Amino acid sequence: MSGQFEPIPGGGAAVALDEVEISIIRSLAVQLLELVGPGPADEDSRDPLAELFAEGPTEPPADPVLRRLFPDAYGDPEGPPSTAQEAEEQRSASSEFRRFTENDLRARKREDALAVVRSLDALTPAGDRGAVLRLGEEESRRWLGALNDLRLAIGARLEVRDEDEADELYRLPDSDPRKPMVMAYLWLGSLQETLVGTLTA
Amino acid sequence: MGPVTAPAPLEIEKTESAEEASAVPEPDLPWVTIVHNDPVNLMSYVTYVFQTYFGYPKDKATKLMMDVHNKGRAVVSSGTREEMERDVQAMHGYGLWATLQQDRK
Repeated sequence: MSGQFEPIPGGGAAVALDEVEISIIRSLAVQLLELVGPGPADEDSRDPLAELFAEGPTEPPADPVLRRLFPDAYGDPEGPPSTAQEAEEQRSASSEFRRFTENDLRARKREDALAVVRSLDALTPAGDRGAVLRLGEEESRRWLGALNDLRLAIGARLEVRDEDEADELYRLPDSDPRKPMVMAYLWLGSLQETLVGTLTA
Repeated sequence: MGPVTAPAPLEIEKTESAEEASAVPEPDLPWVTIVHNDPVNLMSYVTYVFQTYFGYPKDKATKLMMDVHNKGRAVVSSGTREEMERDVQAMHGYGLWATLQQDRK
């Protein structure tokens, strides 16, 4: 796995992917789509205005991956609130914030992941089933968002909570069941790093 | 008669809301957006987000990213509560872990 995006002269980014790489990214993006879930309008397609007026959830998601993708907007992760009243104020403000923003946030993450699936499906594989993926600038930004969401999701699943734990994961023996997930995590990191490079060059 | 009486209720409403506002004094402290460290987000990506969303020059974006990385957090913007909610929403959109709070300093 090379995983190196390179800038295209005049704008955009390109990376050569083999058959396995294409299928891994596609499969992860589809899993992310399933995790993020459909929008309110998809659930009630009879009413095209449903999405516009639907309110989001007020409680944080139970799944740790979704909690990382859709965090609370109020509250200090390092210093717990000093009084019960402060805790209640933070909870209630986070809940209101979530109600008005989470649907949009989910929509954005869905669109980014969908853009990844679409651009992979549009590839014309060569004789060895590999292909060169070429992204315009708008597509690059969507890929950047989706790659980051995928790494956040895998990081949360692997329970990467601090730098030391991240370092430990890099040294896992091949026999460890988490090894394939860690390899994917590192590879996506390299893709993301080089894609950021093409956007800031 | 219509046009003459119409403005009256508006004025009464205004007075009421002004009284309400003075009855519950809001401390005039700015709100801040804080980005918290997490081991997943790439340093280059965090810098890119600060440059792209806030329009900060590369030096400032890099310094804020290093503060997040080394100190565990950095104040990346300040303003009204509404503005900070917008910034936090944007940071969540980029996948950064952000919260807002009233600046107590």
